[in-house]
Amino acid sequence: MSNARANILARLRAVAPQEPAATPEPDFYPAAKLGHADRIAQIKRLMEHMHAEVIVTDPQHWIAALKDALRARRLNGLLYGPAGPLGAALEANWDGELPPLVGYTEAVEQCKERLFALDAGITSTRGAVADVGALMLWPDANEPRLLSLVPAVHIAVLEATQIHDSLADAIARERWAEGMPTNALLISGPSKTADIELVLTFGVHGPKELIVLILDDQEV
Amino acid sequence: MTEAVVDFPKNFKEALNDNQLRRNLRAAMDTMGQRRRNLFADLDALERLRARGDAIRWRALRQLPDLLEQLEKKCTENGIQVHWAETPAEANQICLGIIQRHHASRIIKGKSMVSEEMHLNHFLDEQGIEALETDLGEYIIQLDHETPSHIIVPAIHKNRDQIARLFHEKIPNAPYTEVVEELNAIARKVLREKFFAGEVGVSGVNFAVAETGTLCLVENEGNGRMCTTAPPVHIAVMGLEKVVERLEDVPPLLRLLTGSATGQLITTYFNMITSPRQPGEKDGPQEVHLVLLDNGRTKIWADPELRQTLKCIRCGACMNHCPVYTRLGGHAYGYVYPGPIGSMLTPQLEGLDHAGAMAGASTFCGACEEVCPVKIPITTVLRRLRTESYRKTDAPNAVKGHGYKRTLAESLTWQGWALSNATPWLNALNAKLLGLAGPHLSKLPQVGLLKHWGQSRALPPFAAKSLHVLAKEKGIADE
Repeated sequence: MSNARANILARLRAVAPQEPAATPEPDFYPAAKLGHADRIAQIKRLMEHMHAEVIVTDPQHWIAALKDALRARRLNGLLYGPAGPLGAALEANWDGELPPLVGYTEAVEQCKERLFALDAGITSTRGAVADVGALMLWPDANEPRLLSLVPAVHIAVLEATQIHDSLADAIARERWAEGMPTNALLISGPSKTADIELVLTFGVHGPKELIVLILDDQEV
Repeated sequence: MTEAVVDFPKNFKEALNDNQLRRNLRAAMDTMGQRRRNLFADLDALERLRARGDAIRWRALRQLPDLLEQLEKKCTENGIQVHWAETPAEANQICLGIIQRHHASRIIKGKSMVSEEMHLNHFLDEQGIEALETDLGEYIIQLDHETPSHIIVPAIHKNRDQIARLFHEKIPNAPYTEVVEELNAIARKVLREKFFAGEVGVSGVNFAVAETGTLCLVENEGNGRMCTTAPPVHIAVMGLEKVVERLEDVPPLLRLLTGSATGQLITTYFNMITSPRQPGEKDGPQEVHLVLLDNGRTKIWADPELRQTLKCIRCGACMNHCPVYTRLGGHAYGYVYPGPIGSMLTPQLEGLDHAGAMAGASTFCGACEEVCPVKIPITTVLRRLRTESYRKTDAPNAVKGHGYKRTLAESLTWQGWALSNATPWLNALNAKLLGLAGPHLSKLPQVGLLKHWGQSRALPPFAAKSLHVLAKEKGIADE
């Protein structure tokens, strides 16, 4: 077994390098360069098509919109990252009639049972990509990976200014190649499957519902 | 792992006579083809995208040894432990070693064709370790002790009634229901407990990025994220050809993969994993392992024509559009990879003497090539495999098990043919004899392989005079 690496590489190195034929690499689907409003509209359209609920709001009213969405559902709690970008705003604006806020503050080994029992989780997002309609998440110590995966309802907050035209665009502009996080995710809707007779159904192993709050400053 | 010799004619006959299977398959394949066409409605754009995908995969393969070393270096820097395996047996031992070191007995698996190639579940089962498939389709077939019949939708050969009965019989307390949503809910409930309790997660890899040491996974259900996030240990297994050079190579391949496979702009989740849990992070595996499997790929790689096989990104579009696959389904092929990709890859991995018959499971209609997102010349490779089935050679790149079909009678026939065509008087004699026998030869002997085929077909009669003779009579100069 210890020789596998050497043997494999030796076999590959034994073949004379073939002339590096200059294969042309055409641009792939250059994503449309959209304006601010069109990007929001496109994200909304594509993600709603994938059964996400998309609410366009603004930085002053998003908490109210969130509360409305929560009141419409019977949830046993909302998991959040107290030290994350949303933590302070949530804590300052919470009240007793809402499902209790539960902080994801310990390592999963200490809180797995609680985690798997909670109905909803809320996260910020790094941004989104308009051409395919997907959120970009870079989970971290403050907003861990399971926060957007284990609860049946995932609520994601997206700043409208962080919507890129495409994934290729985001990778290039934000120079992802210079340093990738532990985990980077694209999420385009609630979890789904078509494994039985190709019948599309939502809510398999991941969240059954995805609620996206788009915070748009320029909304008129 | 050598498998029992597959009885292809028997399998094909059974599959063709299974009307339920044919209805299930036909409906599904037509739907998938249509979804792909809807997504790629702009054909010029699709051609540019395919050219890009082809170029990216070719560029990666050209630098394969360098990229594998770079991938190993980057992953190691990131804290991912890289293992190399020449054979499925070695890869299985590596996985077992990791599992045993963690005293784990509950393994949860995301969908991975390479793990099927390794027969990992069977291997672990023999060691008393439960490896549970968590992709819904894989879960269904595992319950029924079957293998995938399609690389993207593994349980597509079953309809909802069959799945309803299966769940009711095999899952304790599961009610009988044919409602797809309810069947999904039953599976969700069972598997959620498994996600909670899983000690090691196993996944495949769709693309591995050498530049950053990132493993990319494409999925809709969320089970892949569960397997790679919830347990304390994650083992990713991949064929060593899956490496790409740069992060910017990923978006075009991702679009090609999801579009070609299921006609989706993007899947629900695209999961990029670059390291195990970092200090301060609250979840994610403490250990991430990457197992690089060769299993004959380096041999395929050494031949410039066969190397094209390794461009494959496992989208399954070739299967969805294949007139042979859509009538047989995957099980009749008898090996892990069915359809055109299987017919092309399997004989190279297993040897022509074992799986060479798969290269015959093609009409050469070329539909697979037309839809292939990375432009693999599938029929050219299949033609090569068929040729090598008859060719004994010392060429170093010859496919394993070559010449297995060569028989004395056949080689004598062709030697006679060559002699006849190189000897003018013998050729003239043969032409004359065939001309005389012509009217009697028009009916094919209805025996053996020709029995059914010959019932509705006739040979064109040999002409009384050959073209050569006719030309001579017309006074055309013989050059």
